[in-house]
Amino acid sequence: MSKTLIRIGYASCGIAAGAKDVLAVVEKRMKKGSRRVELQKTGCIGICFDEPIVQIINEQGQWTYRKVDGKKMERIYDEHVLGGAPIYEWTVGELSTGGEVPDRPIFEHQQRIALRNTGIIDPESLDAYLEKQGYQALEKVLKEMDPDMVVKEIMDSGLRGRGGAGFPTGLKWSFCKKAAGDRKFIICNADEGDPGAFMDRNLLEGDPHSVLEGMMIAANTIGASEGYIYCRAEYPLAIRRLKIAIGQARERGFIGKNIMGTEFSFDITLKEGAGAFVCGEETALIASIEGERGMPRIRPPFPAEAGLWGKPTNNNNVETYANIPWIILNGAREFQKFGIKSSRGTKVFSLAGKINRGGLVEVPMGTPLRKIIFEIGGGIPKDRRFKAVQLGGPSGGCIPTQLLDTPVDYESITATGAIMGSGGMVVMDENTCMVEVARYFLGFTQNESCGKCTFCRIGTLRMLEVLERITKGQGKETDIDELKELAELIRASSLCGLGQGAPNPVLTTLRYFENEYHAHIVDKKCPAGVCKELTTFVIDEEVCRACGLCKKACPSEAIEGKPGVKHVIVQDRCIKCGSCREVCPFDAVGTG
Amino acid sequence: MKPKAKDIREIVAPFKGDRGVTIPVLQAIQNVYGYLPPETFSIIEDELGIPSSVSYGVATFYSQFRLRPVGKHIIKACDGTACHVRGSQTLLSSIKDHLDLKDPESSNDGLFTLEIVACLGCCSLAPVMMIDDVTYGNLTIEKMKEIIMTYRKGGG
Repeated sequence: MSKTLIRIGYASCGIAAGAKDVLAVVEKRMKKGSRRVELQKTGCIGICFDEPIVQIINEQGQWTYRKVDGKKMERIYDEHVLGGAPIYEWTVGELSTGGEVPDRPIFEHQQRIALRNTGIIDPESLDAYLEKQGYQALEKVLKEMDPDMVVKEIMDSGLRGRGGAGFPTGLKWSFCKKAAGDRKFIICNADEGDPGAFMDRNLLEGDPHSVLEGMMIAANTIGASEGYIYCRAEYPLAIRRLKIAIGQARERGFIGKNIMGTEFSFDITLKEGAGAFVCGEETALIASIEGERGMPRIRPPFPAEAGLWGKPTNNNNVETYANIPWIILNGAREFQKFGIKSSRGTKVFSLAGKINRGGLVEVPMGTPLRKIIFEIGGGIPKDRRFKAVQLGGPSGGCIPTQLLDTPVDYESITATGAIMGSGGMVVMDENTCMVEVARYFLGFTQNESCGKCTFCRIGTLRMLEVLERITKGQGKETDIDELKELAELIRASSLCGLGQGAPNPVLTTLRYFENEYHAHIVDKKCPAGVCKELTTFVIDEEVCRACGLCKKACPSEAIEGKPGVKHVIVQDRCIKCGSCREVCPFDAVGTG
Repeated sequence: MKPKAKDIREIVAPFKGDRGVTIPVLQAIQNVYGYLPPETFSIIEDELGIPSSVSYGVATFYSQFRLRPVGKHIIKACDGTACHVRGSQTLLSSIKDHLDLKDPESSNDGLFTLEIVACLGCCSLAPVMMIDDVTYGNLTIEKMKEIIMTYRKGGG
């Protein structure tokens, strides 16, 4: 029998879903003698909705098992790994060819450049990275290319900043390269603050060396010898794996003095963020590395001229750096083959919210939203109606059904009123209230405003007050105009992207869902049944089959009924959480 | 652990001479005590020459830092966008009810402190909470109660 590889998705999401138990079973079984079995812990395989994921790979093919637990793993090990008989009913059937034969490639619409190694290699092994052409791009840059050639290659590739703003990366590097100064810095922004976004976490947990290599190439190009990675503290596993990767790179001489026998020397310091969304803005991030309150500074001067400690500084996002080694090795022309004219290459998105297959996807730029949400993401659970997809986090917006064919590229997404952002995609269905979503985001930005600009500090609070009033059924007809006026003022008088983008969730929901605002303000109703003061849940007697699921799910024991007896909600005990509606298999729970 | 000025001085000492250390030094102290004891700021001023107004300013700016002692376990309940649309608000109020929390957000038995965080990055398992360094996903109210029970019993 040939060798069998057992691959376990061991990123934060996998571990949270129970991958530790699965790993323990495999390790215990392997102790009994297992020369033909190899265990590999990888980063996120991407199918997060089915975690824990285990892949069995041998000469016969590759099988992906979903929702594995310790008990299932015991049987998979005994029957499939040792016995050679796959347990088809536990494999990712709908993503494969029906379960009877090995999986076809799991996400066929995907194109993996930034995620080329994530979920495939052991992120804690430098050798695994080296086997995948790791650090060969750095070697090429150091030995065969001069910095001008590198800048040209990156510029020709059309790569734009993946942190959200989409500034051409090659151009940014050229500014910093030209800037006068004996000491320059490289920063990697790993402060992934957008709620609902987890691309950078998965990249750092799944393939940290590719990010380090990208940083080193940038450093050599602009003439920097010191780098900082600013990673949010909420990502303990990413931080741990980065530390391991930096240690390994240092030990093998990829970081340090005279790297690969050349003039180039470079060292990296890892900084843990302390929890401030505004630090995703580059000047605030720089202030934070300097040990200060993370408040943005006026630009110009841009960091390329005067950044960290006043020195020329180049700052890119995690995903941007992860693309660099691929572009150097494969060439700008190969990269250009993906995407569309203004937006080249691929983009990683994290799919979450009301979606069947939430997870991590990487698609060519220009892929329509519909394809990502319905073909890759598998649509909305329980066949509910799609309402909107939120892109760009608190600075972004909600894109409605009629714009689902919008291609994901910087310009098309901006035209909808949202922004590309860093790649968080949160899907919302008919049971999501768009006014409440707007209130949620305003609450977030209001809380995270650093307080430097008056309109951001106080204007967002005023907007939040208006939205709270509306969701409580105390809205006034003049409220919509007031929101629009405040939005314009905040946008015009804030220094950084946090303030300038803060009104976007309100403006896009007003643009596409103004009728929901009117329902709250005029009819005193919340059509989605979310805003508690405006909602009454009722069970439709005609539809109810007395299955008892809602009664079981109700946290406040507000549902009465027995098997065979139609269920009723006792209104004065109902806390309007909507749990009954979520679980009802017959859609019998509605709002009155 | 009861904070002693001498111990805090020992934590601070290795940072002498470096720049940009305000955040890392506060993180180091909080790692030991779970919060920043009041004497933190004057000690940092004495040892590192960073004015206490500056370090206090930093401590109050970033959400990570706490100025009050915390319970034995810290529950970080996620209210990120994905968790929010999947019912984190209901879960959150159930946690509060279940632990009988009032302001400040620590349970009376000193076992738990509740924090609401913006995103733990496990969005496809929403709703999510983290207790100390362990993340729990796909939560229901029942499941949350069971998990908290294991910590009550001294497990976890």
